[in-house]
Amino acid sequence: MDFNLDYSQILLMPQEIGLLVVFVLVFLYDTFMPERSKRYTALFSVIMMAVYTAYCFCMPVVTGEAFGGMYESSAPTWVMKNILSLGVVLVLLQAVKWTDNDFVSIRRGEFYELTLLTLFGMFLMISARHFLLFVIGLETASLPIAALAAFEKRYYESHEAAAKYIFTAIFSSAIFLLGISFVYGMSGSLYFRDIATALIGNQSALLIAALAFVIAGVGFKLSLVPFHLWTADVYQGSPTAVTSYLSVISKGAAAFSFLIILVQVFGAAYSEAWEWMLYALIVLTITLGNLFAVRQRNLKRFLAFSSISQAGYIMLGVIAVNVMGMASMIYYVLVYIFSNLAAFGVIAAIERQTGRVTMDDYNGLFKTNPWLAFTMMLAMFSLGGIPVFAGFFSKFFIFMGAWNQGSVAICTLVFIALVNTIISLYYYLLVVKAMFLRQDDCVIPTIKSHWTERTGLILCVLGIIFLGLLSCVYTAIYGSVEAISAMFNAVQ
Amino acid sequence: MEIFNNILIYFVIVPLLTLGGLALCRNQGIKAIRTVAVVGASVLMVLAAMLVKIFLDARAGGDTSEMILRTDVMWYAPFNVHLALGVDGVSVVMILLSAFIVFAGVFASWKMNPLPRQFFMWFFLLSTGVFGFFISIDLFTMFMFYEVALIPMYLLIGVWGSGNKNYSAMKLTLMLMGGSAFLMFGLIGIYFHSAPEGQPLTMNILDIAHNDAIPHNWQYVLFPMTFVGFGVLGAMFPFHTWSPDGHASAPTAVSMLHAGVLMKLGGYGCFRIAIYLMPFAANELAWIFLLLTGFSIVYGALSACVQTDLKYINAYSSVSHCGMVLFAILMFNTTAMTGAVMQMLSHGLMTALFFALIGMIYGRTHTRDIRDMGGMMHIMPYLGVGYVIAGLASLGLPGLSGFAAEMTIFFGSFQHTDTFHRVLTIMATTSIVVTAVYILRVVAKLLFGEVQDEHHRTLTDASWEERLSTATLILAVAAIGCFPNFFINIISSSFDPIVKALQAAMPAI
Repeated sequence: MDFNLDYSQILLMPQEIGLLVVFVLVFLYDTFMPERSKRYTALFSVIMMAVYTAYCFCMPVVTGEAFGGMYESSAPTWVMKNILSLGVVLVLLQAVKWTDNDFVSIRRGEFYELTLLTLFGMFLMISARHFLLFVIGLETASLPIAALAAFEKRYYESHEAAAKYIFTAIFSSAIFLLGISFVYGMSGSLYFRDIATALIGNQSALLIAALAFVIAGVGFKLSLVPFHLWTADVYQGSPTAVTSYLSVISKGAAAFSFLIILVQVFGAAYSEAWEWMLYALIVLTITLGNLFAVRQRNLKRFLAFSSISQAGYIMLGVIAVNVMGMASMIYYVLVYIFSNLAAFGVIAAIERQTGRVTMDDYNGLFKTNPWLAFTMMLAMFSLGGIPVFAGFFSKFFIFMGAWNQGSVAICTLVFIALVNTIISLYYYLLVVKAMFLRQDDCVIPTIKSHWTERTGLILCVLGIIFLGLLSCVYTAIYGSVEAISAMFNAVQ
Repeated sequence: MEIFNNILIYFVIVPLLTLGGLALCRNQGIKAIRTVAVVGASVLMVLAAMLVKIFLDARAGGDTSEMILRTDVMWYAPFNVHLALGVDGVSVVMILLSAFIVFAGVFASWKMNPLPRQFFMWFFLLSTGVFGFFISIDLFTMFMFYEVALIPMYLLIGVWGSGNKNYSAMKLTLMLMGGSAFLMFGLIGIYFHSAPEGQPLTMNILDIAHNDAIPHNWQYVLFPMTFVGFGVLGAMFPFHTWSPDGHASAPTAVSMLHAGVLMKLGGYGCFRIAIYLMPFAANELAWIFLLLTGFSIVYGALSACVQTDLKYINAYSSVSHCGMVLFAILMFNTTAMTGAVMQMLSHGLMTALFFALIGMIYGRTHTRDIRDMGGMMHIMPYLGVGYVIAGLASLGLPGLSGFAAEMTIFFGSFQHTDTFHRVLTIMATTSIVVTAVYILRVVAKLLFGEVQDEHHRTLTDASWEERLSTATLILAVAAIGCFPNFFINIISSSFDPIVKALQAAMPAI
């Protein structure tokens, strides 16, 4: 292997470089601009990030391997990163007004810098083809989030959330690394490709153990049941902007890299080992996530459990191990980003001005804030999988992808998931019921939302309505996944 | 875009345009809202009439293809999902029925309060789903429109309903969506077995029926799933419990549209998807569903006898009549199936008429309990006469729609020579008698009894828009009763391919 670094290889990672440039620009702006200009840091980062994302969407896809195969850029990773960048633009946009408040504004720049940094880590996770690089990405993506969770220093809950998050992150990393060390012991390499070759035909108990640890490690990040216990508290305690970031971007990136690891590294052990592990996790995740969500009154906790069960649906695309499943999963995450951010955007706007976040506070919201209520309703319908909103398409397609795997067991899984959609519809309708059907004496007064919040919400609503009706989105994702369909040949 | 040359797509576009128009009427007042709604509904009526004309011309011109006005546009290539349009005789009459009910429904909700604009917006969203369902022949788009038709019910009942509306709205939505979860499972299963090994999978109903490739063991799973999925909406026992609560709480126009059209989606889907695509399992498992629907017919009628709330009476009567639709569909011969569609038409118009009248009476007396009312025939003769006509149609008086439908059904059902079918048919016919009991009981008490409340004597008769709404429906009920052949001719040939598929799948004796 050639260890002389050829610097032209760096050109194979334009998305990471672009993101770093944005990060450095934001950092410089925040550090060196005069005090009075600093309140534009937020807008500056949003604009830079938006320009960067738009540029990435327009740029031709760069494919290839760098650094002796440690890093790979392919058509699907390109799409995944673009989707995450798009989500981050929305998150940052919705956070602009929040970072203006007196307690947060002195650290305004940090919020944007740390967020961009974690996104950089997630990019590395997606593109890593070597476990060392993957772990670097994982840590870069996790640690700053703890700092973000503690951003509202004046609140006790925020500290608690950060502490819970950091302990969970470290613990899950440790478990993950233990699994990797087993794998290293069996294969003598940390390159995905070498491990995959070494593991063919391996049916040892050590492999099962290694897989269990790897799945548990990533399962914490994805908050799959039973590794979900941190989720509700962290989501509730963190500032809403951070919660929305955690629930869509962080989860999406973890799901993407999970799929890549399972298929590329452990593909040969699919039916032997991880199909049934994941099967059990999905059933537990969807069902328990749903059942716990039914009882929540705090909307942030509510969305935490809803996002747990959504993670179960996302995993359906992983267990499918085929092109249709992977494409549907990427599409599902895209739709989920828009739907969830619409919900969190409404919650953030209302919380910022009134500090009220429970479901009972939303009683009669339609009377005073019709547009916010309408947006929230669309978000709930989309999350619940009601046509013509994008959530319907993504659910249908992910079921199609799973069924395409072919075995009767997976068809049963689809059935279980479908029954669960009814439970999920029930609690999503509870929010609609509170806003439209119930009356209350102390309704939330009419809120004048900031234009950045409104823009963010309008973008989300457009996404919810048109991502499904315009078939080109899914077709493009499908085309990009088809380009690497050979990846699934290793699956047995 | 060639799709815009097809008249069918306008059945989706017009309600959507109406919806958009209503969205623009933010500060325009009630007059503008009513105008937009009436224009939208009238255009739909005209379109439906044109469609019937086109269909009759095509058939007269010797076009014997299974579906006419076919248009096919690729939508989601990876799944081979198309925006495929096409209609046969059954869809044509269903579209005609829907247009009638939407038209009457707009006038029945003339004085809707509060939030009339939002009400009509949801109302037209619901009708978009209904029309979209009837014009599609692609499983995916059908299912999408099906759910579009269901979800507005939640808000329509929850916001504008009466009584225990929160509970009813949630119950109705969850039960119907539960049905559609079964349905989704069935449809995905059908898709993955839609073509023989090696050929591209398809969502097009006609292609799937033509391929007839669904393995028998899968049919045993998918047929009950699909049939029950649609059966929930068709108020099949024991999945009918949403219907009485839902109808009782829903506002008038929504009850009309729901009982009049939405429940027909269930029956339509049962034969178009469940039976047509899986004839083998349909033959094998029909007895289970025949028992259930046979029970629905009698049970619904008997339940209606003991209810005192007008809407509950009518809702249980719907369970009985819709049970008859599914019952006739499961008889698997052209006569009975034609009768089933006639019954859908008849029940749709008649129940819409009932609900419209009940809504109008309730709007005046503020009670729906028949024990608190009486002598309405003197107080509001127009509404009283309308109620009698609806009642007579319901109990099957010749000359009105119910007779034509039920006669056809029982003739078709009795064509079976085996004991099982004959006994069930005889049991089902008893419901006619029971229907007469509960209808006449209400008519006697409500219309000709003693006036219970002196305040009722001051009430007024129907206003012009109420007269228009009910007159439209009464005319339609009478038209079907007097000229049933016109409709039977349109419908019956459409069942040939389905009956042929069923006979081909029947085990040789």
